[in-house]
Amino acid sequence: RGLVVVAFDRSPEVYLDIMLRHGLDSNALSRCVRILDCYSDPLGWKQNIRSEQHQEDSGTPCSTNKDTITIFRSVKDVDKLSCSIIDLGRGFEGEGKTYFSVAVDSISSMLRHASVQSISGLLSNLRSHDQISSIFWLMHSDLHETKFSRAFECLSTMVACVEPEVVDSVYGEERRGDMSFLEHNYSKAKFHVRLKRRNGRVKHLYEELCVEGYDVKFISATSVSIEVNQSLLPKVQFNLELSEKERSDRANVVLPFEHQGKGEPIRIYDGRRSLPEAHQDPNLTTAALLDETEALKSANPKGEIHYLRDSDDERPDSDEDPDDDLDI
Amino acid sequence: PPPQLEAEMEEYGAGDLLSEAMCAGARVVVVEDCVEAPAAFVLHLLLKRALAAGGGGGGGAALLALAQPFSHYDRVLRKMGCNLSMHRKSERLHFFDLQGFPGGTQGGAIADSLAQLYSAVQRVVETCRAGENAGRFTVMIDDVSLLEVAANGSADDVLDFLHYCVTLTSEMNCSLVVLIHEDIYSSEDGVGLLAHLRYIADLVIKAAPLSTGLATDVHGQLSVVNKGMLIEQRPAKGQKVWSFHFKVKENGADFFYPGSRH
Repeated sequence: RGLVVVAFDRSPEVYLDIMLRHGLDSNALSRCVRILDCYSDPLGWKQNIRSEQHQEDSGTPCSTNKDTITIFRSVKDVDKLSCSIIDLGRGFEGEGKTYFSVAVDSISSMLRHASVQSISGLLSNLRSHDQISSIFWLMHSDLHETKFSRAFECLSTMVACVEPEVVDSVYGEERRGDMSFLEHNYSKAKFHVRLKRRNGRVKHLYEELCVEGYDVKFISATSVSIEVNQSLLPKVQFNLELSEKERSDRANVVLPFEHQGKGEPIRIYDGRRSLPEAHQDPNLTTAALLDETEALKSANPKGEIHYLRDSDDERPDSDEDPDDDLDI
Repeated sequence: PPPQLEAEMEEYGAGDLLSEAMCAGARVVVVEDCVEAPAAFVLHLLLKRALAAGGGGGGGAALLALAQPFSHYDRVLRKMGCNLSMHRKSERLHFFDLQGFPGGTQGGAIADSLAQLYSAVQRVVETCRAGENAGRFTVMIDDVSLLEVAANGSADDVLDFLHYCVTLTSEMNCSLVVLIHEDIYSSEDGVGLLAHLRYIADLVIKAAPLSTGLATDVHGQLSVVNKGMLIEQRPAKGQKVWSFHFKVKENGADFFYPGSRH
């Protein structure tokens, strides 16, 4: 298991530092983390300067992390980038097949150097690679046209949005320049996750995000999620909800498999007329009637069905998908 | 604030509101202004502080000037008690006269011109670091909007250049200070340079006019957003957004909270 970080926005040391601060020791780091450094010299300018000055290629400035950090100098070449990512991932040691994850920081920077099509192609490529278990990337939605953000959202199975808590609605001529509302936004934010299930259902999760120093805390906002679930029902002119009385009636319904009879003879309709009707039929001979009654009395089921309801509170539109544990 | 930081603050400007909000460690500083509240004075102030750092040695600056000729900065800074000519002679200040950038006769792509400009800047930073100066070096660009014009509107090329300047801040103990005119981009369709810069910045200093209009004693309001990416940039009080008024004077600027004076 390993992680390949494709770093555009920050120096590789920053990521290593973050991981060290979160408790990963340096051994684990060198085993499990590889950083493709697209930050230090993305266009090869520095390499050109060195060759012009006839200096030797000193590689990355920080030599202690030579194995962990690999510098990449041609960010406009998406195919080469793709190959480099996969090569780095293949380099993880392990028995049998080693899976790795890919993290991209950030797609927004990548989009400055290559087209949307080529980058979505890159992501699709990586996605179908049999050693890559997951890919996650950062996108600054306000740096791109909506359609491009949407295109990348469609590519993904999960979209997590960090949204400001405070949106300055009076921003404009009145309070121009006053950014004090930002103070709150720099430590707290809304966190909204949209998950696409394999069966096509979409699940929404809402939380509040809180930044304290180097720690990020997530506080689940259950009250918000209930509101959202209710609003997910389509607005139609008939009532899709159950009233309290309807709910309790439903709870009292005895399901076919759940009883062994209430003391009355079990009448399983098998296509013949019901007995009371038979009594009323003048054409029926007494013998035939007796036969029918006998047949009913001896109609004890030879097999039995024991039905145990496992969740009484299961609502029809709940998010629990019984097929969830299928690992297809 | 810890004693070392306090000493630095003393050197950098007697602990006024601006230096308090900035803290000595900010690496990428984006200064935004508009026609009604120009913030060139912030650049002048930061330049003065960059050159004044430390007794002998320590501190140096490179000014990439597209807006004004050297004589202008020399005159302005002299009134603020800073002799740019002297610093230029002693190579504490490296002045790049970019009023004619990129120079029409080159014929090459703008990307190449910017790459060459970067190469010159990197050389200057390296030379300065190699000397006894171990202090903070400052690269200042006045201004990025003009750089975009010089690049024929190619924001991508300008962003590439700025990215390389940003790498200098993480590799060579260097600060980057850029000025951008926010009102040029407000009515643009599509996303411009401004949005990208706001993401790249560790610190945003935004100058805006007062909502109440012109005044003799107050020239505008300054908002400072200190994102505090690294621990040494974190303001002592944990505050991230500062908002105060300013008045520009001949010899500098005053910063004060609304309603108070000094």
